[in-house]
Amino acid sequence: MSTATEFRAKTRTGRIADFVDQRVGGSMMVKEFGRKIFPDHWSFMFGEVALYTFVILLISGTFLTFFFDPSMAETHYDGSYNPLRGVEMSVAYASSLDISFDVRGGLFMRQVHHWSALLFVASVSVHMLRVFFTGAFRKPRELNWVVGGVLLVLSMAAGFTGYSLPDDLLSGNGLRIIDGVIKAIPVVGTYISAFLFGGEFPGNAIIGRLYMLHIMLVPALILLMVAIHLFMVVVHKHTQYPGPGRTEDNVVGFPVGPVYAAKAGGFFFIVFGVIALISGFFTINPIWNYGPYDPSPVSAGTQPDWYIGWVDGALRLMPGVLGNFSFEWIIPFPWGNNTLVLNVLLPALVPAIVLLGLMFTWLWIERWVTRDNREHHILDRPRNAPFRTAVGVAGVIFYSVMWAAASSDLIATHFHVALNDVTYWLRVLFFAGPVIGFIVTRRLCLALQRKDRDIVLHGREAGIIEMSPEGAFSERHEPLDEYKRYRLVSFESHDVIPAQPNAAGHITGAEKRRGALSRFFFEDRVAPVTPAELAEAHAHHGPAAVESGEKAQIGH
Amino acid sequence: MGDHSHGGPNDSGTVAKAGPASLEKFQDPGLPPHRKRLADTYPRAEKRAERQVAWLFVISIIGTLSFFIAYFVIGRTDSISALRTQNMLLGLGTAFAMLGIGVGIVHWAKTLMPDHEVSESRHEIRPEADRQDAAKIIGDVIEETGIKRRPLIRNTVIGAIALAPIPAIFMFRDLDRTGASANQIVDRLRYTMWDKDVKLVRDPSGTPIKASDVQIGSVFHVIPEGLSEAEHPLNEKAKAVVLLMRLDPSKMNISPGRENWHYNGIVAYSKICTHVGCPVALYEQQTHHLLCPCHQSTFDLTQECKVIFGPAGHALPQLPITVDSEGFLVAQSDFTEPVGPSYWERG
Repeated sequence: MSTATEFRAKTRTGRIADFVDQRVGGSMMVKEFGRKIFPDHWSFMFGEVALYTFVILLISGTFLTFFFDPSMAETHYDGSYNPLRGVEMSVAYASSLDISFDVRGGLFMRQVHHWSALLFVASVSVHMLRVFFTGAFRKPRELNWVVGGVLLVLSMAAGFTGYSLPDDLLSGNGLRIIDGVIKAIPVVGTYISAFLFGGEFPGNAIIGRLYMLHIMLVPALILLMVAIHLFMVVVHKHTQYPGPGRTEDNVVGFPVGPVYAAKAGGFFFIVFGVIALISGFFTINPIWNYGPYDPSPVSAGTQPDWYIGWVDGALRLMPGVLGNFSFEWIIPFPWGNNTLVLNVLLPALVPAIVLLGLMFTWLWIERWVTRDNREHHILDRPRNAPFRTAVGVAGVIFYSVMWAAASSDLIATHFHVALNDVTYWLRVLFFAGPVIGFIVTRRLCLALQRKDRDIVLHGREAGIIEMSPEGAFSERHEPLDEYKRYRLVSFESHDVIPAQPNAAGHITGAEKRRGALSRFFFEDRVAPVTPAELAEAHAHHGPAAVESGEKAQIGH
Repeated sequence: MGDHSHGGPNDSGTVAKAGPASLEKFQDPGLPPHRKRLADTYPRAEKRAERQVAWLFVISIIGTLSFFIAYFVIGRTDSISALRTQNMLLGLGTAFAMLGIGVGIVHWAKTLMPDHEVSESRHEIRPEADRQDAAKIIGDVIEETGIKRRPLIRNTVIGAIALAPIPAIFMFRDLDRTGASANQIVDRLRYTMWDKDVKLVRDPSGTPIKASDVQIGSVFHVIPEGLSEAEHPLNEKAKAVVLLMRLDPSKMNISPGRENWHYNGIVAYSKICTHVGCPVALYEQQTHHLLCPCHQSTFDLTQECKVIFGPAGHALPQLPITVDSEGFLVAQSDFTEPVGPSYWERG
């Protein structure tokens, strides 16, 4: 297809670029992405941190695989760490020690890998909280929220499989706990345990199997999910916070080239730098102190990695026996007695079902209750969705109580209180905490919304005290500029939608429940200030209204 | 993409007004006017920012070089303190190398690249016309396969595809490398190495224990004699570890049938927690409580290790013991119930 005006690149770089372009259509991609707009906000960084820590995990993890040997064969350590020289241990543990002591920079890479893993799960979690509290999961991004939830589960799976690999005393006891939980599963638990460990615990297969999961299956799934996640971000374009100039039909922000690429690209190096700093100065998982796995010893005050804490804490909170009533139920069947290990099953399953279940279903619940099927590209400020924010905080408290319970022994020793009392209080908080959190958060949100209304109607406090001719003191209030005002008034406040009859004129049971939920969520609400209200407030007080003991009322 | 309105740094890019003014909703005032930065106005500030960015990159270069100093000067070492210093310097070098680049680029972007926000319009994710086209294509494709008209083909292909993956599930049966049958998998959880006349020996030294050596208040971590010669020592140890303690017999509440399981107040209990299998490693001499450090299950030794606190669901199994002719402690038999965590078939 030669035409008279065929492009000839002048420079060598230009010719190479042209060569590639003619074969892959690079110009199209540059046109699509070169100036694509991304909104800017600090809270959008968490997802980036998650992505970057994952890249760092791949880099440091690849380095570690060159030296790690996942064999559980017995060996005698002869490396350079004196206290363990001659001790019988598995090859996996010995090679982990070799990475730490006999590979230059190996210890540093182990530290980088472990710290990145902790930060990876943390940033995924915080990113999800940001998405939840701002309502970014709403249409059209529901499926991307589900992908994100899967990524959270996968990141915990990656963390746990990796945690167990060094085959040290601490991780071995962690595996034993997993074995105990698996054995509690009715009907199939005993077999799953036997299949997982290749026989009886600990066997000699588990490390190799976890290694395969850790370096191949789980990262491959994470990569796949990350690809889907980012693809959908491109399809949807990013959400943006409400503000002047930002509408449901546009994206306001910086273009990828050069500003966003520079900021986001530079941020990768900052994340890497911070992890390097932490890894250089703060030891994590000093496996040489723990010794090789042995089923008999255990050290007191041990903690799992933070992201497993909530499961471990739930196990601790559950009472096994109340008085003479045991939660291990012996069920008589015609063929003999079977045991339903509720004291392990309930804490292992119920919190996970509640938290993950709510995480994956909340978006459908909210859509159903609000009957809101529109697309949302403008985020909610958390205070402007009091019901959602309250539910989120209740979930966070539910999680945090279990998480704190994983340190119940350390709480007891550090604060000199009885271990049993810590457990009793946490058991109370397990049930009461989320309820209190829900109520308090909703009230706080409503109060903050009222404050916003107040600021819009009466202006901001100028910090200038004036004395009136009568001698009364008051603070001057200055009106907002239209940009700041728009930020405070441009939100939607959901109204109660009572149960509606269907086409046949019946109000179904499900619709009644929806109506009741809608009333529960939206009965107390604060509407944004309307221009009419503002005009009325100005008429009362003059534009620079002086607040004189009189508080703005809702709908005033 | 439409309205990328990039102008110079003086151009705010968009003034999107949303609809006419009303009494119900405030009018969108559009993007606030762009505020210039120092570097936009003063050439000296611009120069200064440029120098700062360059210095940050120089710091990164220094960081990279110091990594090599830590790597080669300290080198490979047997000394723990030198290793710690090396790890710290490697971290510091890498941190400077990375933070120099990162902070440098971000500073560059924030001070010297255009900082006016621009607007881009969103597009419908699924235009209705596309949906109709797609629906027609899918309809045509299904029609051309004829799958609706040929139920015989449809049913057989569904059947074949549903069956084909099932062998893959059975392939995993040999994950249990011992070759045990289903019954053996369940059964082996009931048995440990303990048996009649197996000596109680110290863990890990393997020396036998004379009954006269066990004082009131003392505690021994015990394994069965011959453990290290077992086929799978760790597997056996994971079930067979025992705690040996001595109590004043008057403090013991002994249930019928267990009267002769102790020897002069010396009792042996499984060390494996009945909750999820951690070693119950803590013994409080004063209260005679055993505490599991993992999940704080607490067992009362005076009540045959009944659960008095925490998540465990049943008492620690007791190992019946006695002494042999030389006065060494030996087991009377295996445990009479499975040790460790409960499972479905435990009964």
